[in-house]
Amino acid sequence: MFDALSYEFIQNALIAGVLVSIASGIIGSLIVVNRMVFLAGGIAHTSYGGIGLAVYFGIPIFLGASFFAVAAALLISFITLKQKERTDTFIGLIWAAGMAIGILFIDMTPGYNVDLMSYLFGSILAVSREDIWFMGALVVIIIAIVTFWYRDILAVSYDSEYALLRGVPVKFFYTLILVLSALTVVISIKVVGLILVIALLTIPIYIAEKLSSSLYGMMFFSVIISSIFTLFGLFISYSFDITSGASIILVSTLSLILFLLFLKIKSLLTKC
Amino acid sequence: MNAIDIKNLTFFYEKDIVLEDINLNVKDGEFLAIIGPNGGGKSTLLKLILGIEKNRSGTIKVFDKKPSKNLTKVGYVPQNTNVNIDFPIKVIEVVMMGHVGHKRPLIGYKNGEIECALASLEQVGMQKYAKNKIGSLSGGQRQRVMIARALCSHPKIVLLDEPTSNIDIVGQKEIYALLKELNRHITIVVVSHDLSIVSEYATSVLHVSKKATYHNIGKKKKNFTKDKHFCEVELLQMIGERHV
Repeated sequence: MFDALSYEFIQNALIAGVLVSIASGIIGSLIVVNRMVFLAGGIAHTSYGGIGLAVYFGIPIFLGASFFAVAAALLISFITLKQKERTDTFIGLIWAAGMAIGILFIDMTPGYNVDLMSYLFGSILAVSREDIWFMGALVVIIIAIVTFWYRDILAVSYDSEYALLRGVPVKFFYTLILVLSALTVVISIKVVGLILVIALLTIPIYIAEKLSSSLYGMMFFSVIISSIFTLFGLFISYSFDITSGASIILVSTLSLILFLLFLKIKSLLTKC
Repeated sequence: MNAIDIKNLTFFYEKDIVLEDINLNVKDGEFLAIIGPNGGGKSTLLKLILGIEKNRSGTIKVFDKKPSKNLTKVGYVPQNTNVNIDFPIKVIEVVMMGHVGHKRPLIGYKNGEIECALASLEQVGMQKYAKNKIGSLSGGQRQRVMIARALCSHPKIVLLDEPTSNIDIVGQKEIYALLKELNRHITIVVVSHDLSIVSEYATSVLHVSKKATYHNIGKKKKNFTKDKHFCEVELLQMIGERHV
């Protein structure tokens, strides 16, 4: 394994894993406390349409996917803020339509040469240096935004009605969280893939929530836990030649089960 | 100057009329209880005074200004403080939400804001719990924290929506005793359905059921009873049978 560290593609994979963990730990925390998991799932799947478009027009995948995912985030934000009822129906619709658009464009692309699976389930070993720069830039942006607006984001997430009353532009922050979720989903494509990203945005966060008494604590623990899962998952992926997304998510899921068992045993012991 | 001035207020929710031709003057220093049946428009009236709800006709003024122009003078304690109990947030952070919208430093909170939030917590007797997670408190303690949050901007009026609905009897009495104490400097408006508690502490009552009827009970209360116990029956008689 240690010989492998000298290969550039392995180094890229590890850096990408950590960068994505930072983004998904911070943004995942916001998604979970704002109960936006389903919305994030919708954005993730819709962004497949962007991948299809990018492939068809020959533009960089990250660019096409980012454009589509941000558009989906804005649309979902608009719908959930305007429409009070049946928002889940509309999100389900956007979710499926986005994927359909992606498949349509890939079908239309002459000389099919795209590995569909790699976008859905991750192909971390194909991470390039440009991808790393893109991920790094986004992580810096996310940290800057969340640090600068931490108190407003906290207020909106904990009690949006009260935040509105104190003059905080609630709709702006709600939309901002969705847009950042969209971009986080996009950089997670190569690491865990569009379909599995939702697990990375929830499992480490769920564990972190139990360990923390503040939102920034939750973000911090999420990043650490997510990094451990991702790096361990990558190790297994490399060792046994398994798709990286699947191994990372299974590592996360097994860890969650062990964590829940630990909590159960702990509560039983304290009762005795 | 009146704390609240409402003239000819009518409010529709979609096509249903919720509040009809409400007129109300609340004097500075009053302890007003808003009572009435469920769905009668009590909470809506409160939200209109706060400026959260906007679709309306008529005028609402809080200390001579539109509600949205007078944010710091108004404190608010929402109805359900049991939502988001699992949220990872410390008591002090909840209280500091009261500051949001003020001048802020580049990152985090000003020292003055932290001291001010601690002072608000002390006012409600919760300073010991500043570092605790909000979910670890009891219902009554959490309600005190919400009151501290409302006090954080040094308001001249505090509006509370059913502040004791999830609290046991002892806790309820404590909350109302606290409100009575705060009433020495601050106008209090509280929505409640618990007449016995309301009648003991309020100086005026507003009955809201689409229309509103205002009663000043402060003076009558003294004449009524000597043992400071004010009976529900007497209150209901005063308000008049047609509303009950």
